[in-house]
Amino acid sequence: MDQSKRPRITILDKPTSRGKQEVSLSAFALLFSEMIQYSQNRVRSVAELQTKLSDFGFSVGSRLVDLLIVREKGNKREIKVLNILLFIKVQLWKALFGKEADKLEQASDDDKIYYIIEKEPVISTYISVPKDKGSLNCAAFAAGIVEAVLNFSNFPCKVTAHWHKGTTLMIKFDESVIARDKLVT
Amino acid sequence: MSKTTGRAFENKKLVGELFTLTYGALVSQLIKDYEKDDEVNKQLDKMGYNIGVRLVEDFMARSNLGKCQDLRETADVIAKVAFKMYLNITPVVTNWSLANDEFSLILENNPLAEFVELPERHSDLSYANVLCGAIRGALEMLQLEVETWFLKDALKGDTATELRVKFIKKLTDALPAGED
Repeated sequence: MDQSKRPRITILDKPTSRGKQEVSLSAFALLFSEMIQYSQNRVRSVAELQTKLSDFGFSVGSRLVDLLIVREKGNKREIKVLNILLFIKVQLWKALFGKEADKLEQASDDDKIYYIIEKEPVISTYISVPKDKGSLNCAAFAAGIVEAVLNFSNFPCKVTAHWHKGTTLMIKFDESVIARDKLVT
Repeated sequence: MSKTTGRAFENKKLVGELFTLTYGALVSQLIKDYEKDDEVNKQLDKMGYNIGVRLVEDFMARSNLGKCQDLRETADVIAKVAFKMYLNITPVVTNWSLANDEFSLILENNPLAEFVELPERHSDLSYANVLCGAIRGALEMLQLEVETWFLKDALKGDTATELRVKFIKKLTDALPAGED
């Protein structure tokens, strides 16, 4: 290291934070609204806006996954689909929103699809959707987080947000994941 | 809708890491879109201004405080009430200028910058510039024009983050021409 420069303490030298810091919901809601307004100026359709929100969520999720695995699970990696989904429903949701997700269901006709259902997601608390953007669902942000966590845990999938029984995140795994899961179980 | 009878209604809390990471995602996106640090700083300041304008109403509704008599009281309220309410931290108010029109807020650990490291090529980036904008926006809604900037930034190697606020002037409501 260059002797004339002060040795910079990197974040990897500091201890892992315990995650007990709290902020007010209003602060987050205002920040989130600014992000949506910023994205709205740069896209041309509702689907693109949802993609942008999903990208934000992806950024967040990709940073959370390592932190959570070190903190909550003692560095063990999940290899089964059901376990990683339970991890998301319970621990990821608790780490993000302070409570568990409402329901986790599997689609009856397709074993690649799972649903996480939430009656009233915390991030959409102060959001009302105008009529001309009818299908916009700000849970696309949460969808991005879940997609990042699954993809980085080596379960490639696509996650989308829908209006169904409140807000539903539809998780569609790749064929390879289900095939691999059958071998492991 | 139920009437709020003047008592402060409850402050719902949210996990700090979600907020920190969301802000980080926003800054990364801005850097990708604008590439120049100055532009990103300006955008963050603008967004902070918009947030501050709306935040001050939420603040007045929750805190129920009366008017502050002078800048010292204002500074105390910002540090002890507002920052505590929204970010759950209490910065220290120091370094008053001789004319009593400038002060510093020292933040020991900035919650916005919690997992953040600034790379070499973005050394001009004021990462938490949204805080500057928010204070400026909020005070402007309260008829005070101020200038805010970062004096020291923990992300750039200093020990703590120091935000300087300078009072410019009091704004008077100007009625549009034709109205009386």
